[in-house]
Amino acid sequence: MAVTPTEQEQEKRLDAERILREDTNFAAGKIVIVQYAIFAVTLFLAASFYFLQIRNESYYREAAERNRIKSLPILAPRGKILDRDGRVIVDNHLSFSLLLSRETLKPEHIKPIAEGLDLDLAELEAKLQRYDRTRPKYEPVKIKEELTPADIAFVESHRDPETFPEMELVQSHTREYPQEAIAAHVTGYVGEINDAELNNAEFARYKPGDIVGKAGVERQYNDLLSGADGQRQVVVDNRGYEREVIGYKGAVPGQNLQLTLDLDLQVVAELALEGRRGSVVAIDPRTGEVLAMVSHPSYDPNKMSSRISGAEWRDLLNDPEKPMINRAIQAQWAPGSTFKPLVALAALETATADTDYSISCGGVANWYGRPFKCHKRGGHGPVQMNRAIAASCDVYFYSIGNKLGIDNIARFAEMAGLGAKTGIDLPYEAAGTVPSTQWKMRTQRQKWYAGETISVSIGQGALTVTPLQLAHAIGGMAIGGIWHRPHLVKGATPKESARKAELNLDNVLKVVGGMYNVVNGGGTAGNSRLPGIELCGKTGTAQLASNDFLKAAKLGKEFADNAWFVGFAPRESPEIVVASLFENGEHGDRAAPIVRDVVKSYFDKKRRLEANKKVLAMQRILQPRTPEVR
Amino acid sequence: MAGYRSLRDFDWTLWTVTLVICALGVLEIYSATRDSIWKTVWSKQILCIFLGVVLAWIVSQIDYHTLLGHVPWMYAVTVGLLAVTFVLGVTIFGSRRWIPLAFGFRLQVSEFAKIVIVLVVARYLSAIRNDRMEMRDLLKLCGLVALPMLMVMKQPDLGTSLTYLPILAVGIFLVGLRWQYWAAILAIGLLLVPVGWYFYLKDYQKERLATFVDPERDPKGSGYQVIQSKIAVGSGGLWGRGVTKGSQTQLRFLPVPHTDFIMAAFAEEHGFVGIVVVLGLYLLLLMQIVQNAQQAPDKAGIYICMGIGTMLLFHLLVNVGMVIGRMPVTGIPLPLMSYGGSSILTTFMMLGLVNNVRLRRFVN
Repeated sequence: MAVTPTEQEQEKRLDAERILREDTNFAAGKIVIVQYAIFAVTLFLAASFYFLQIRNESYYREAAERNRIKSLPILAPRGKILDRDGRVIVDNHLSFSLLLSRETLKPEHIKPIAEGLDLDLAELEAKLQRYDRTRPKYEPVKIKEELTPADIAFVESHRDPETFPEMELVQSHTREYPQEAIAAHVTGYVGEINDAELNNAEFARYKPGDIVGKAGVERQYNDLLSGADGQRQVVVDNRGYEREVIGYKGAVPGQNLQLTLDLDLQVVAELALEGRRGSVVAIDPRTGEVLAMVSHPSYDPNKMSSRISGAEWRDLLNDPEKPMINRAIQAQWAPGSTFKPLVALAALETATADTDYSISCGGVANWYGRPFKCHKRGGHGPVQMNRAIAASCDVYFYSIGNKLGIDNIARFAEMAGLGAKTGIDLPYEAAGTVPSTQWKMRTQRQKWYAGETISVSIGQGALTVTPLQLAHAIGGMAIGGIWHRPHLVKGATPKESARKAELNLDNVLKVVGGMYNVVNGGGTAGNSRLPGIELCGKTGTAQLASNDFLKAAKLGKEFADNAWFVGFAPRESPEIVVASLFENGEHGDRAAPIVRDVVKSYFDKKRRLEANKKVLAMQRILQPRTPEVR
Repeated sequence: MAGYRSLRDFDWTLWTVTLVICALGVLEIYSATRDSIWKTVWSKQILCIFLGVVLAWIVSQIDYHTLLGHVPWMYAVTVGLLAVTFVLGVTIFGSRRWIPLAFGFRLQVSEFAKIVIVLVVARYLSAIRNDRMEMRDLLKLCGLVALPMLMVMKQPDLGTSLTYLPILAVGIFLVGLRWQYWAAILAIGLLLVPVGWYFYLKDYQKERLATFVDPERDPKGSGYQVIQSKIAVGSGGLWGRGVTKGSQTQLRFLPVPHTDFIMAAFAEEHGFVGIVVVLGLYLLLLMQIVQNAQQAPDKAGIYICMGIGTMLLFHLLVNVGMVIGRMPVTGIPLPLMSYGGSSILTTFMMLGLVNNVRLRRFVN
């Protein structure tokens, strides 16, 4: 215990302390202010942390996850497209595409990247601007597909964080179509899904940047072919390097699609039409399977995807030859005389005329106060039905057409499938037109004039068909009145969906007899006779405008008559029906050899296969056999 | 007589708090650099802390009045070394701040200059007899501080040079100044803002200030650091994601997580709870320094303690404020936690000075 200091001593000490205090107390109040400031700063910081960490934790947690986890697509390869024998028509090959991340893209990088990849700068800038207008920023732009080794070297050496980190390589599958544009209109082509398609319910399951079918079976069977993309979820660091894979969903490849098309026939048909404008369609009338389908001129589907430049695309669309149109299902022209077999059948079936019905053709006949010419200037003289078909006598058909009346003709044309889409498994099929009194009232609010019937009975007037419709109609008639829906994919349409008509088979055979003579009996297509094959058919020379008009206008080839031929074989129980259209071909006998070639190659192949089968069977007999273990 | 100086008189609260903060810093440095090229720096940091403790002890043993007596030549040496930095300095990130020493160590003179500025201000102000500062004194003192400050600014290291200002400001504040002078200083300051913007600030510094106002204007450029830092802090939540578990820190989305942005790394891995603890420790540290000022035996002691406390407060506010997006990116470290030898040694020596003042509180 300390001794209590004396009062004096205490006084002294307090005094000394006072002196000290005086010296150091000068700022006591201000020091307290600084203390408050320290307290305020700490509180301010703590409150800020509270705001970030407690109030907004989930927001920032999500942002951290978005930083950390990246989803990379694994693109599913599209299914291959095969012909009926399993040969590959459309394949894929692996390639690299280049994406530009628009989030990180620096404007001054666009030019060197375009130069490095050999891209048109103006086009690239336009593309980027289009994306900026229509697409969220996080979505990358695909700026080049099918990178060359030089491109890849450029990308690999420049995509470090310091140079052009916005570049990203992705592996993709590029569609590979046959060379020389074979079957281009059947296969169609693919391309990046566009805005209109994205708003279309048909493409509901696709997202921007996806590759979808744009035409042909690529479009028709897009869902089947496209498969499902997979995804890889990876943890990445700030430089985008993968640290860890945390999720993997493999891609489901698209299904392969086997077509009914026969590549052998397809190639023959393509060659037969080489250099001309027109179309060839070959169908097996017993099933509706399409064996060949050609439209000329054509385009290269390999170019269509996205490698095509805007200028090239416009050129294709504006080309007067219209290469993008699939003439087999979209060209609607008057069938001309190829329509006559149906008129003949209508006459027989309605008992308007029988085969003995005969007229004398003087080259011209007057109907309803107007002369109607026969294509043969001097006339055919006396003709009966068989001869009228074989020689394609117009005057004969004016006569029976007039007797039938337009509505009977229309009934039989529609029975054969004209005037309506055949329902083939291709997009954008045209329906053609079958005129009738009803049709005229409906479309033009006018009554039918009997004179118009005369034109329709030789396949002119308002009547239009597509090459596919013509093959379909004649094929169905030739097998006795069963019209199987044409299709390109095996089993795409059930057999029961075939349309049947109660026809008198004798009548059918009478018409077929006439068509046999077209080729084999001194008819209009004698040039297409095939030894050993009973090819039956009918030529057609269809006017695009009346002859009077042509003479008056002195117009050239673009108004020259279309040449048609439709043929089938064998004469009884036909296996193949082929329609060919040679636009501005001037006469039907110039379309007939096309059909002849296709039919010939069909039977050649059939015989070869049968012969092979026999050889194989014999080899099997001759070879020593080891017993099979089951 | 200056009598009783024993270990018992050391400011144990201050030193405990200091070492706990340092330990948390080392832990975070270790975690944030685990698999990077800096993975060994945590051990260097420990070395620096030991060295710091030794230096602090030495600094606390020499009576600060003696130190104040040596201020003139210390000031001259500092200015000289700053000039040497211009010549021999190593350029890192476009700025000459370091003088290379042996064994790969580098000396950042601008850090140590802080101590000298604290002493200069203390010596100058304690010599003033009036209770208000006259214009002449004010200009002289400002000139003394401005010389090293401008040299550091020229390196360029705006952040560090700005840390000299609070030392000066708090000194003037404590002495007292006529309100007309304050008004004049404010007016000159406001005038200097546009002048500095057009004539002094580099483009990257303008960019930083602009992105401080709106970080989203360039999310991949200079705003990137702040955005990533806020994400790191926010995603820490209440309890944090655990040591070595913070994705922002570990995957390096967070820039320099062991130096300027260490508080963001700490916040991500230790959460709000950890932050409250660390801010509490800093509060305790600063209050302890102020308490030492209050107990100081003379004016010089008060100026020394208050200068150091205010400067540390400025560091805390600017560094931590930057991490949470409340302050522009300046690149000044968080004292005691950020990795960096010069910063650690300087801070320890300054705390040694505070202790020095405390040891001499019983003067008679």
